[in-house]
Formats: sequence, C-alpha cells, structure tokens
Amino acid sequence: MNISRSILTLLFVVLPVSGVNAQDSAGEIAELRKLVAEMRTDYEARISALEERLATAERAARSAARDAGEAYEIAEQTAIDQGAGTTSPNIYNPAIGAILMGGYADVNTGWDEIPGFQPGGEIGTGDSGFTLGEAEINVNANIDSRYFGNLTIGLHEDEGELEVGIEEASFQTSAVPLGVTVTAGRFFSAAGYLNGFHFHADDFVDRPLPYQAFLGGRYSVDGIQGRWIAPTALLFEIGAELNWGGAFPATANGETSPGTYTLFTKLGGDIGDSHSWQIGLSHTAADAIDRSGAHMHDPQEPVETFTGDSNLTVADVVWKWAPQGNNSLRSLKIQGEYFRRSENGLYADVDYDGDQAGWYLQGIWQFAQTWRAGLRHDVVDSDNGPLLVGTELEDPGRSSWRNSLMLDWSPSEFSRLRLQYINDHVLAESENQWYLQYIMSVGAHGAHQY
Amino acid sequence: MYKLVATLIALSAPLCANALNIFACEPEWAALVREIASADTDLTVATTAFQDPHALQARPSLIAAVRSADLVICSGADLEIGWLPLLLRRAGNPVTQQGSPGYFLAADYVRRLEVPKSIDRAQGDVHPQGNPHIHLHPRNIARVADALAERLSDIDSGNSAGYAARLANFQRRWEDAQTDWDKRATRLAGMRLASHHRSFSYLAEWLDLDIVATLEAKPGIPPSGAQLANLLEQLTPNPPVGIIRTPYENEKPSAWLSQRLDIPEIELPFTVGGNDAAVDLFSLYDETLRMLEEHAH
Repeated sequence: MNISRSILTLLFVVLPVSGVNAQDSAGEIAELRKLVAEMRTDYEARISALEERLATAERAARSAARDAGEAYEIAEQTAIDQGAGTTSPNIYNPAIGAILMGGYADVNTGWDEIPGFQPGGEIGTGDSGFTLGEAEINVNANIDSRYFGNLTIGLHEDEGELEVGIEEASFQTSAVPLGVTVTAGRFFSAAGYLNGFHFHADDFVDRPLPYQAFLGGRYSVDGIQGRWIAPTALLFEIGAELNWGGAFPATANGETSPGTYTLFTKLGGDIGDSHSWQIGLSHTAADAIDRSGAHMHDPQEPVETFTGDSNLTVADVVWKWAPQGNNSLRSLKIQGEYFRRSENGLYADVDYDGDQAGWYLQGIWQFAQTWRAGLRHDVVDSDNGPLLVGTELEDPGRSSWRNSLMLDWSPSEFSRLRLQYINDHVLAESENQWYLQYIMSVGAHGAHQY
Repeated sequence: MYKLVATLIALSAPLCANALNIFACEPEWAALVREIASADTDLTVATTAFQDPHALQARPSLIAAVRSADLVICSGADLEIGWLPLLLRRAGNPVTQQGSPGYFLAADYVRRLEVPKSIDRAQGDVHPQGNPHIHLHPRNIARVADALAERLSDIDSGNSAGYAARLANFQRRWEDAQTDWDKRATRLAGMRLASHHRSFSYLAEWLDLDIVATLEAKPGIPPSGAQLANLLEQLTPNPPVGIIRTPYENEKPSAWLSQRLDIPEIELPFTVGGNDAAVDLFSLYDETLRMLEEHAH
C-alpha cells in the first residue's frame, strides 16, 4: 500500500518536469523507468528488513508474554498453596463460641409456677430489675471422620450461687450411610420444634407457656437418639430417643427412668423459591418415680410427688416466607405447636388421672434488614380431676394465657437487642410485664438452624 | 428387620443409579457442573441469584438433598459458614462430609483476594480466608473447572473419559470467549465504580476496574445513614461512573446515593440467573461486560 502510494507521489512530482522538453522524452522515460525500478528494489529490500525486525519483535513479545504468564501461574499457584497451608491448622481447632445474655425486667408479682401444673424446671417471669442471664459456652468440631462432638456449658447465678450446667455434651455419627445418624450423650430432644434450639436463638425473651408447663422450658435427653432421613426430595425423617436421664417429665430427683422414650417424625419442603415449611409430630412416654416439682418454697411443706406414666404428644408446624427466598432483607415466619399430655398414677398419694393441653402461635416479621417484630399468643389448660383439691395440681378452673409483643434489632448477625411486652393472664390476677434483653455472640459463627 | 433393610435399599435404589447426584450451593457452580458433568446428572441448587448466599438457613429441602448427594460443591472460604456445616451434619451423609471426596470447595483452588491481616468482628463479618465471591474472574472459573473435572473422575471413575472430554471442550470455548472478553476489557480498564458489598473484587481485578468506594463500610453490616452521608460528601467532587450491586443486595443505599450523585445504579447479574440474559457462565460474563460497557465512557 505504502509503496505504491510513494511511487505515485514520485511520479506526479517527476512527470511535469519531464514534459518540458518533448524531444528528450524517450531517453527520459527510459531513465525514469530505471529510476523507478531502482527505487522499487530499494523499498522492497527495506520493507523486508522491517518485516523481519517486526517478526523478531513479535516472537520476543510472545515469548515474554509466555514467560510472564508462566511466572503469574507460578505466583498464583504459590499463593493458593500457601493460602491452604495457613488456614489448615485452624480447621482442626474446634469452633468455640460464647453467648452473653441478660437484661432488665419490669414485672409485678410475677409467677414461678403455673396453676394446675407441677413445675419442671426454672420457669416463670423472673424478678424485676437487672438480671444477668445465662452465659453459654459452646465448643464443637468433627472428632474424626466418624464423629462430630458438641459441648455447651451454661453458667448462671442463683441467689449468689454459681450454677454450672451441662446443656449439651454429645457426639453424633457422620459416617453411617443410608441417611442414618446416631447421637449419644446429652442433647436437646427432637420432640417439638422449638426444643431443638438454644434459648439465645428464641424469638422471645421466654419460652411459650406449653414449653414451660410441659417441659420445664426444654427437654434434654441423657441417652441415645437414632434418626433416619428418607431418600426423597421432601424431607421425611423419623427417629427415636431413649432417655436414661432424670430430666422432666421423667423423674427430676435423680432417679433414672430407662422406660422413657420419644418417637418423632418431621416432614418439610419448599413451595417455589419464596416459601418453605416443616411439620412435626412427636410422642414422649416418660416413667416418673417420685417426681417432685422444681421449686420448694417452704422446707416444712411436704413435697408432693408423682409416680406413674406421663404421655406427651406434640404437633408442630412452621412456615417461612421471604421475597424470592432472600431472607437477609425481609422475611416472615409463622410457627405454632400443640401439646397434649395425659398422666396416670399417684400424685401426693392420691389417685391421679389428669389431662393437660396447651398451644402457642407466633409470627415474626422482619420488616427491615436489621429489625424484626413479633406477636405471640400462648395458652395452657389442665383437667386434673376433682381428687387433687388442696394440692399443687388443684384445677384452677381456668386456662392460663398470655399475649406478647416483641421488637428486636440486630445490627449484625452477632448482636441483638430486644424489647418485649407481655399481657400476662397466667394467674387469676392479670399483669403487664416489660423486658429489655441483650443477646451477644462471641467467637464462632452461629448456625442458621431452620 | 430384613424387611426394613430391604425397603431401605429399595427406596435408595433409584437414587443410587448411574446418574450422579450433585448439590451446588450457588448457581455459578451449578452452571459449571452442567458444563463438566453428564447431562443426566441430578442437580440441586441451594440458592438462586436473588438469595444472599451468606444468609441461607439449613431448611428441610436442603437437608433432604444433601442426604442423597454424591458431591457437594460450594464457594467455601466461609461464605456458607452459617449453614453448610449444619446442613452436612443434619443430613448425615458420609460421602459429603468435610474432607471426603464428595466435599468440594471452589475457593480452595484459586488465589483469594482480601485475605485479612487481622481478624476481629469489629471489622464486620470478615471472612478469615479472604473474599469468597471468586467466580467473576475467568481464570478462577478455568481453575475450578480443572479441579472439578478431576474430582468428578475420582468419585465416578467409570465416566472419567467423559469428564475429560467435556472439560477440554469447555476450556476451549472458555479460552475463545476470554480472547473476546479481554479485547472488550481494554475499554473498561480504570472504570471508576462504587459497590454495595465487596461482591465484585475479582471482577475488578480482572477488568482493572477502580472500585472507589464500598457502601457497606464493614462487610455484612448494612450502611447507616451517617455512613452514606459521609460517602456522598467524599464522592461528590469526583463521582464514580455508577454503583454496582448484586440482585440480592438491599437496593435502598445504592438508590439513595446514586440519586444524589446523579449516577446510575447498575444491578449486575452477579451469578447465573441474575437476569434474563445470564443463563450460563458464558452469557453471565457477556452480560456483565455488556452492562458495564453501556456505562463506560
């Protein structure tokens, strides 16, 4: 391209000059031809030289790029290998976390027993004022390729005395095929929905009334649990637990009850991207031998005990919604559980054949990324027959119920501040209660349990 | 008892058949599985492009899916720390437990950016192993593809020739596409952008984008009004070209800031399925580049 253009320019410059004398034209034309031919040869030589230089430069550039690419690869591979090296020692360290809970309560007289129910643990409204709640320390990790281990220690003070409790101390199999897992030690029973959660993961300051009335807040098993998940798209799970421990509703006074077992099943799935649900059903049969309530106010007062069979059935349902399933910004959770218990035996040396029931329904609305509001109604009711007049289980002739409202703020996943109001009708005389609560999580990232 | 065992085996049989059962935590890895694994692979994806992969819960359908999975493929680098360990534990599937061949974390195979020098929650929800959103750098996809094909051959050795062939085919097309993308990338070099979360660090590294500000001052912590006002003041003298965010991030902070700076909000697809055009990894990259080109000078 460039050559021909140069030649043309040259010709335009040269031609008018050649036109001056026509006689000399033949000789001049020959001379010009010669000149042009010489120039062409010269240009071609120079161009091929340039082309050779270009090819050399290109080869050099390619090889430099290849070298650079190889160097980059080596550097990147080193970074990847080192990255793996620096993090691997931590993989073997257990996840360690602590939960700090506490707050301020404003209650009137409050209560620590529900009329018609033998209290099965530390339940009730608590006292007014500042309360340092329970501090929890959790350690968990894979033990080896076959087992996972989990330990939770709860610390709290009761009237100046430090109480240390083992909330969970269990191992779970991770190498059993066909959807089977076995857990042994102390663990939260799979009975009910809320029972599987730590208190700090609750949506309200306190557990719903049926949990307080029937399980003393929570049912922990000292024993063994087996569960099987079916190979289906929906979650279908069945399981059984054997409890040798003395936790309420079995014997709470140290006697063991090998006859205590729980059977449970869970079914759950999704509806589109936005909805998910789970329903559960469980039955717990407990042997109670001289089971006494958790609170003894007056040492002079004779302790009322229960010996017999306690059969508790819990049905639970939970439904969650988030726009397009994106629960980090907005979400709604509705959950409800129904409890039904029948107890047969001797209570305070009197024939006792009682039936109790209770339920709660609550909704939690995450209306902004860090804000949630909740509403709960909970109620329990007992029908203990006419023979127990004068005992703790004397029929109150009415049901105990509450309405609760809560608002909480979680600026990060690790901290939560909560305000809760309860309109309390547990005792004959109703009262209003206010709570401020903090829940702080230190250390290992908590699990997003469904 | 024998009857029960027989029933269990019968129930498990359809899922133990030849086709692999793969559980992917995020859509980008599901898309890569579609490229490398055979067409009859049974694939479950835990999240859509519209769901925050940090915030997922171990919901029932996911437990059921992991229970029957032969391979779990996730981003790793602690992106799924809140739910994946619990999911693996609840599902109790021995072949997908951490360290098993069926447990595959993509971030293990790439050079991670933003590995923190010190780790403290006061800095936000920092990932000690670095930024886990690794999939928007073509080199990372290529590396993970190699590793995934190798892993699939390990757990399904009978079909390793198929994995090798599909990998070679994918890498050839990916390289060709990269040649085109690299050409287009020269126009985007130095483009000044603000980003909601540190979701696009690898994209920025690849395209040489200049992320001048992150709306979340600390990762995972929503920006406060005061922080946004500061940012507005800081960016006003020389505003970026636009504010980029993923489809699952809160649009309010970027909407507020973009309005005041009079610059566009650019909701990039971020992952496969993030908009109608991003249907696989190739179109995800094409679409991401196209949207950025639209706003480049």
